[in-house]
Amino acid sequence: MNNLIQRLQNRFPISAVHQQRPDLAFCCVDTKQAVALITHLRDYEKFSHLVFLTAVDYIEQGFFQLTYLLHNYTRHCDLGLRVRLDREQATMESIHHLWEQAATYQRELKEMFGIDFPGSPRVDESFILEGWDNIPPMRRDFDTKKYSEETYFPRPGRQTNDPENYMKAKLYPEGDA
Amino acid sequence: MFAPDRSKYPEMRDGKPVIELDSQKYLKIWQGPQHPGVTGNMSLELTLCGDEVVDCKTHVGYLHRGFEKLMERRKFIQCFPIVCRICVPEPDTNEYLYAAVVEELAGIEIPEQAQWLRMLNLEMSRLTSFLMWIGGQAGAFGLGPIGQWSVTHRDYMLDLFEELSGGRIYHMYMIPGGVRNKLPDGFAQRLEDTLQKVEKLLGEIEKVMFNNVVLKMRAVGLGLITTDMIDRFGIVGPNARAAGIARDVRKDNPYLHYDQLDFEIVTETAADAYARARVRFREMFQSIDLIRQIMKNIPDDDHYHTQLPNVLHWKIPAGETYQRAESTRGEYGYYLVTDGSGYPRRIYVRGPSYTHAVALLEHMAVNTNIADMAGLMVSLHTYPPEIER
Repeated sequence: MNNLIQRLQNRFPISAVHQQRPDLAFCCVDTKQAVALITHLRDYEKFSHLVFLTAVDYIEQGFFQLTYLLHNYTRHCDLGLRVRLDREQATMESIHHLWEQAATYQRELKEMFGIDFPGSPRVDESFILEGWDNIPPMRRDFDTKKYSEETYFPRPGRQTNDPENYMKAKLYPEGDA
Repeated sequence: MFAPDRSKYPEMRDGKPVIELDSQKYLKIWQGPQHPGVTGNMSLELTLCGDEVVDCKTHVGYLHRGFEKLMERRKFIQCFPIVCRICVPEPDTNEYLYAAVVEELAGIEIPEQAQWLRMLNLEMSRLTSFLMWIGGQAGAFGLGPIGQWSVTHRDYMLDLFEELSGGRIYHMYMIPGGVRNKLPDGFAQRLEDTLQKVEKLLGEIEKVMFNNVVLKMRAVGLGLITTDMIDRFGIVGPNARAAGIARDVRKDNPYLHYDQLDFEIVTETAADAYARARVRFREMFQSIDLIRQIMKNIPDDDHYHTQLPNVLHWKIPAGETYQRAESTRGEYGYYLVTDGSGYPRRIYVRGPSYTHAVALLEHMAVNTNIADMAGLMVSLHTYPPEIER
């Protein structure tokens, strides 16, 4: 893994390398270099499997972290690439030409985080949510509790009973003397 | 080379069929969201030309409960009973992986006995999930009774889960730090009795299902996965193994004590629906064998759980990790990001159906007969809730 990181550092501006386990490392890469690095890893370093692509919302610092996890079936190791995107203008280059399933990940990220991938197939079609008109729900500023309180209403006719007193009154209506 | 007459089929442009619905040549059909044989709901929007599918779009969202979002607002211990609900027929992979990522970032080591009990649970759940699947696969090709037999035997396995954990479907057994209980008295014998029942059933299924001429005529050659599709579509698990790709997380990236067990990766070469069924069928025998090996190795002591810190005030240092395990559908994974607080910053669940049921199924459905769509879908062993989490 160390050799790989060194080889990559010679070619690409990667930083903040963190080796989590002997077979798993994470590193940060610049937004503009990310797709070139991913293509290089796929074509020359045998990281042929896109495990997943997802985002983490760091609302306090004002950015999204995209995580691309790639797996090498020859060495059985993983490399996670972190890419920072500005929260206000979250747009990233698409990788649907590298893996067919990437378009699905990107479509979900557009819907759930509002991160755009121009050119990705069907990226604007809803994937999981239908008729959603609020902010993308996986963003941390989307409050699920507030949304459900505003959208739904408590069903009438329900009351909560203290189980002990309720059962006592039901089983011994005359009192348990 | 065979060159079929494609004059009646839509023109292909940029690899996609040009479909003009106004031409009256096509019919749109909404298949699903209920599918006998698929545990979960998803719809296929099929465009047909005669009885042949020319375009397919997968629609999910019927089971979206927002687990990943919910878990961001819950303490680590509160996430534990949520994760198993992501996959009904095989919840234990979720439990194990959630416990594994939390333990890794929190620096918790689990006792030896807990590691073996987790493996026992994982293999039992693999067998249970395959028993559910085989009924669906046979049913999709018109062999209804097999589902009745296999679901009965799945219930015998669920009885054992109930004995072990108190729950039949959701076990909530592999808690971070270890497992909740050790084996009850007499469990080994009752497990062996059930395994023998399942083995007997599998012998019958071999004759009734795999030697059945109807199944062979319909499944052989259906849904071919060529070698170049494996990495392009991210195909994992039995779907890849049926194409001769010997990849299994239990062998390639051994977790728990899988490196101490004696087993070979099951592969077939035909890469069609029949070969995928054979791989899964043979893996059921493999799981039975592994359960027997595990039972011989479980240490008998009282150390099955590590004392956790006060879980209501449990903070995990900032970090990021990914753990994977082999589920019945292939590589299952959990990606956890923590920020030093008492809540996870992000939990991402990687289910193998995410690629199999959307990109791959949409690709494979084209040129399939409408009558074979159900069989094709079940042969990929898709499970919708792990797509939408």
